[in-house]
Amino acid sequence: MSNMTSPHQLLAGEIDAPSEEPPGATFWDWEFAWEILPDMLMAFLQVTLLVTVMGTIIAAVLGLIIAILIMVLPKPLAWIVRWTANFIRMTPIVVQLLLLFWAFLWMDAITIGVIVFGVHYATYMSEVYRAGIESVPKGQWEATTALSMSAVRTWRKVVIPQALRSTIPSLGNYAISMFKDTPFLYAIGAAEMVTLAVSDIGGNTFRYNEPVTIAGLIFLAASYPTALLVNRLEKRLAYAH
Amino acid sequence: MPTPTDPTVPAPREAAPSSSAETPVIEFTDVEKRFGDNVVLKDLNFTVSRGERVTLIGPSGSGKTTILRLVMTLEELTGGYIFIDGEPLTHEERNGKRVPVSKKRQKALRTRIGMVFQQFNLFPNMTVLENIIEAPIHVLGRPKKDAIEHAHSLLEQVGLPDKADAHPTSLSGGQQQRVAIARALAMDPEILLLDEVTSALDPEVVGDVLNILREVADTTNVTMLIVTHEMGFARDVSHKVMMFDGGRVVEEGHPDKIFTNPEHERTQKFLGAVLGHN
Repeated sequence: MSNMTSPHQLLAGEIDAPSEEPPGATFWDWEFAWEILPDMLMAFLQVTLLVTVMGTIIAAVLGLIIAILIMVLPKPLAWIVRWTANFIRMTPIVVQLLLLFWAFLWMDAITIGVIVFGVHYATYMSEVYRAGIESVPKGQWEATTALSMSAVRTWRKVVIPQALRSTIPSLGNYAISMFKDTPFLYAIGAAEMVTLAVSDIGGNTFRYNEPVTIAGLIFLAASYPTALLVNRLEKRLAYAH
Repeated sequence: MPTPTDPTVPAPREAAPSSSAETPVIEFTDVEKRFGDNVVLKDLNFTVSRGERVTLIGPSGSGKTTILRLVMTLEELTGGYIFIDGEPLTHEERNGKRVPVSKKRQKALRTRIGMVFQQFNLFPNMTVLENIIEAPIHVLGRPKKDAIEHAHSLLEQVGLPDKADAHPTSLSGGQQQRVAIARALAMDPEILLLDEVTSALDPEVVGDVLNILREVADTTNVTMLIVTHEMGFARDVSHKVMMFDGGRVVEEGHPDKIFTNPEHERTQKFLGAVLGHN
């Protein structure tokens, strides 16, 4: 592990040992917890959240492009796109992270994280979009034909807006899922919050209870309200239909 | 615009446009349509002249709706030819072979054809106005200002002058269908296809929608191909009625003759059933 992190600087600085007590003497040290909280929040904002937001944007856009390509490309090309997507979806994220990490050593871990999470989740989201597009009633397509609308206008103004309605809740759930997958960045030593908690804080102080628990609580504090929001959005969209 | 005629007193109808030397607006030549092994239409030949209003009647499954859908290019034509203003719509014969026409040529013909569907098919993500102006602006290239003006006058015509900014989902079925009629008319079609436009409506609003279509028939020269179960409407507006069964024309003629004195036994039976044995 120590080799691996060399091109990628860890974010945390030195953290002082909590007290004069020997390590592991207390189960939970409030003072220590309070002391490491700012660094963990910083790591959360600068890496975990950044990767999630950027990854979600890439996944949402690329997923839509994949879904449309599979529907409009001639059969052999569509088949290639579909199976490439299937292949990416059916391999573990950690494997993809490690693969890209070693293949592109000059790239920093966060960039690799954004690309891998973005592309991996794009393949999931493309399936959501596909279902959304297929849920647009046949009559809508027929109306665009009857009005001689161009393919571009048909997709942009009729199909995609209607498909998105039903997909937004699922896309939100995948974003939360991606968010919870970000600790996989640990594998490539990105200075993500859990890496900080385990490698840096834990490694330097031999105290793991506080940093790992805090990491879990921060995840919970962020994903629970987001899940509620997605739920509410889902209900609102359902009523509006 | 002339005032709408009283629907209870059918206005004396002008004679059907003569089907003389002029090129027919719609011409079916040896049309065949099959879905897999199921032959829906076979050896179908008929013409519709400019300004003519033709109603297709017959039991369900007789292929009436398929005919409209073939004209709108919503179904693939599996045999024969359809001509619009003398030009091939889907396929043409070249060197003795049946070859598809270019997409561009097909689109040019298709812009002259409008369709109103049984299920309205308005775009729910757009307002009523946006539904109406989308194609005139982006397909016909009309200036936005003109398209909006035209849309407002059409909404007036269909009795919904204050619904321009409403969303289709907030409208009743009858209102949605009136918007759909306005949307089709906004393209100034030469041919208007009406596919069971009142079948999905509550009985009490059917009359309103039919009156609007009667007015369109009375005030424009648009060619209409109509599939309907409203025999009174068919009788009022059409110049010709074609009775279909099993993918073939069983009998055709002036509505007065078809409805009062049908020759064919199949027609007599069908009308007896739908008109409730009078």
